[in-house]
Amino acid sequence: MKHIIEVEGVRTVFDKRVVHDGLNLSVCEGEIYGLLGPSGCGKTTLLREMVMLQKYQAGNIKVLGKNLNTISSDDAQELRRQWGVLFQAGALFSSLSIRDNIALPLVEYTDLSENMIDEIVKFKIHLVGLKAQDAHLFPSQISGGMKKKAGLARALSMDPKLLFLDEPTSGLDPISAREFDTLILQLREMLGLTIVMVSHDLQSIYDTLDKVAIIDEKKIVYEGSLSDVKSAKSAFVKTFFREMK
Amino acid sequence: MKISSLKVNISDDTLSLVFSGDLSLYTIASHQEQIAKLSLSTYKEIVIDLRLINSIDTAAALFIQNLQLENSTTLIENTKVQETLALVEKYTDKKSSLKKKEQRSFLEVVGKVFYNYYVGFISFMEFMGLLFATKFHYLKSSTNIRFKEIAFEINESAIKALGIIALTSFLIGLVVAYQSAFQLKIYGANIFIVDMLGLSILRELAPLITAIVIAGRSGSAFTAQIGAMKITEELDAMRTMGFDPYVFLVLPRIIALMLMMPLLIFVADIMGMLGGILVANIDLNITTELFLDRFNEVIAAKHFFVGIVKGPFFAFLIASIGIYRGLKVKDDTQSIGFNTTKSVVESIFAVIVCDAIFSIAFTNLGI
Repeated sequence: MKHIIEVEGVRTVFDKRVVHDGLNLSVCEGEIYGLLGPSGCGKTTLLREMVMLQKYQAGNIKVLGKNLNTISSDDAQELRRQWGVLFQAGALFSSLSIRDNIALPLVEYTDLSENMIDEIVKFKIHLVGLKAQDAHLFPSQISGGMKKKAGLARALSMDPKLLFLDEPTSGLDPISAREFDTLILQLREMLGLTIVMVSHDLQSIYDTLDKVAIIDEKKIVYEGSLSDVKSAKSAFVKTFFREMK
Repeated sequence: MKISSLKVNISDDTLSLVFSGDLSLYTIASHQEQIAKLSLSTYKEIVIDLRLINSIDTAAALFIQNLQLENSTTLIENTKVQETLALVEKYTDKKSSLKKKEQRSFLEVVGKVFYNYYVGFISFMEFMGLLFATKFHYLKSSTNIRFKEIAFEINESAIKALGIIALTSFLIGLVVAYQSAFQLKIYGANIFIVDMLGLSILRELAPLITAIVIAGRSGSAFTAQIGAMKITEELDAMRTMGFDPYVFLVLPRIIALMLMMPLLIFVADIMGMLGGILVANIDLNITTELFLDRFNEVIAAKHFFVGIVKGPFFAFLIASIGIYRGLKVKDDTQSIGFNTTKSVVESIFAVIVCDAIFSIAFTNLGI
C-alpha cells in the first residue's frame, strides 16, 4: 500500500517542555487512521504539524510524497489544495454564510461560474447531510453539530484525497456523533478518502478507525490495528481500553 | 496540474462531445465556455463520450450531469467514471435551491439604519437604567466594593496611560503656544500668551485630550476584554457561579476611571503648560519667572477646577460606553472589531457633547 503520510523521528519542544521525542508512523492510502493518547500528549500538535501549522524541532514529515522540511512555497500551496481540515469547533469564517464558507476555496482557486459553484455547494451540503435551505445562515446562527457538518463540507469542497479531522465527534450528542461516524465511513467509501483523525470518543474509535497510533510519554507506544491494542505496555491503553474484553 | 481536453465532432444532426484526460474542477470552466459557443439545441442528438477519461471529480460529474439535464443526450461511460457519476446522481438535491441574497430598496436600507440607531439608543438607556437601578446599591456597603479589581484597573487603564497623556498634552501645549506666538508677536502682545494658554489648556484642552486618549486606549480595551469574555462564555460561566459580572467587571472599571481621570487631567495641565513655557521662552523671550508671575496673576483657581471637575463625568461616559459595547458583542469574531470601533467613536462623541454642555452651563453660571 502506498504511504500517504510518513512521520520519522519527529521531536517537538515547547519552550523547554518536550512534547514529542522521536515519533514514527505511517498512514496508508484509503485508511482511517486515528491518533490517540491522554490529553496533553500532543495529538492535536502532531496533526497541526502534518498540515504545516506548527513547526517541529527535528525529524521528517512527508505528506503525499512531499517532505515538509524542504517543501517549496509553491508545492506547499499545491499540497494545501489536496487536503481538507476540519477543526474541533468547525472554525467557520464567522463573517461568511455557510454557502460562502464552502464556496470560498472554489471561488479563490478555480474560475468556475457562480451557478456551477452553487451547484457544487448544494451537492456538498447534501452530501454531509445539511439542508440547502440553511445555506444562507451564518455560523453564529447554527448549532454545534451543523457547524461540524458545514466545516466538513468546506473541507470537502475541493474534493481532497486526504482529510484531517480534529476530534470530529467532540461536543456532539451521541446520536449526532454516531451519524457523523457513519458519514465519515460513507465518505471514505464514496470519495476514496484517506482520513487522519484525533479522537477521544471510544465508540467512534471502534466504529471508524482502521489503524491507530497511541502517543504516550512523548513516544508512539503502539501503532497498528485496534484488535491488538491491548498488547501495548502503556498505562493509558490499560485504562482507556479496559472496557473491551 | 491535471489536464483534460474536449473534442467536438459534428456529423449531420449529431453532435458528439469527446472528453479525455483528467476532468476536474480546474478544467471544466474552459469546457463550459467551449460548449456555450455551440448551440446545443439545434442538434437532434448529442453524444457525450467519456471513454477516454482517466479520472473525474465530483464537480466535473455535476457538470456532466447538468449537460444531460438541459438536452436529451446519450452518455457513453467507462468504469472509472461510473462510480462518481452515480454518487453525484444520488446526492444531488434537485428540489430545493440555495436562497439568493435579497434585494433591498433604498428606503428599506435607510429605515433599517435609523431604526437600528433608535434600538441602539434604547438599549444603551436600558444598560444605564440597569446600572443605576440595581447595581449602585452594591456600593452602599464597603464589603461589596472590590478594591483589588479597582486597584488593578487603576494601574491598567490609568497609570499605564500616564506616559502617552503626558507626551500628547506637552505637544498640544507646544503647538498651541507656537501658533499663537506668531499672531501675538504681530501686535506686540507677547505676554498675553500666558492668559491664552492658561485658559484654553486648563479649561478645555487638557480634559479633552485626556478623555480622547483614554477613550482610544482604555475604553477600547474594556470593549475588547469584555467582548472576548462574552465569546468564550466566561460571562455566562460567572453568572452560573453566582458572580455578578457588573460587580466583578463593570463597576471596578467605572470607579477606577472616575477616580483617576482628574489626576490624569492634572498631569495633562502640567505638561501642557510646560510646553507653553518652553515656546514662550524660546520664541517670545518670556522667562519662566515672568510666565509664572503672570500666570499667578491672571489665571484664577476656578479655571483649574472647571477642567478637573469634568474628569469624572468624562470617565463615566468612556467607561460605561466601553463596557456597554463589550456586552453587546455577539457570538462571532467580527463583532469585537465592530464594537470596539463603535465604542471609541461613541465615547469621543459623548465626551465632546458633554463638554459642550459644561461649557454652556459654566458660562451661564459665570464661572
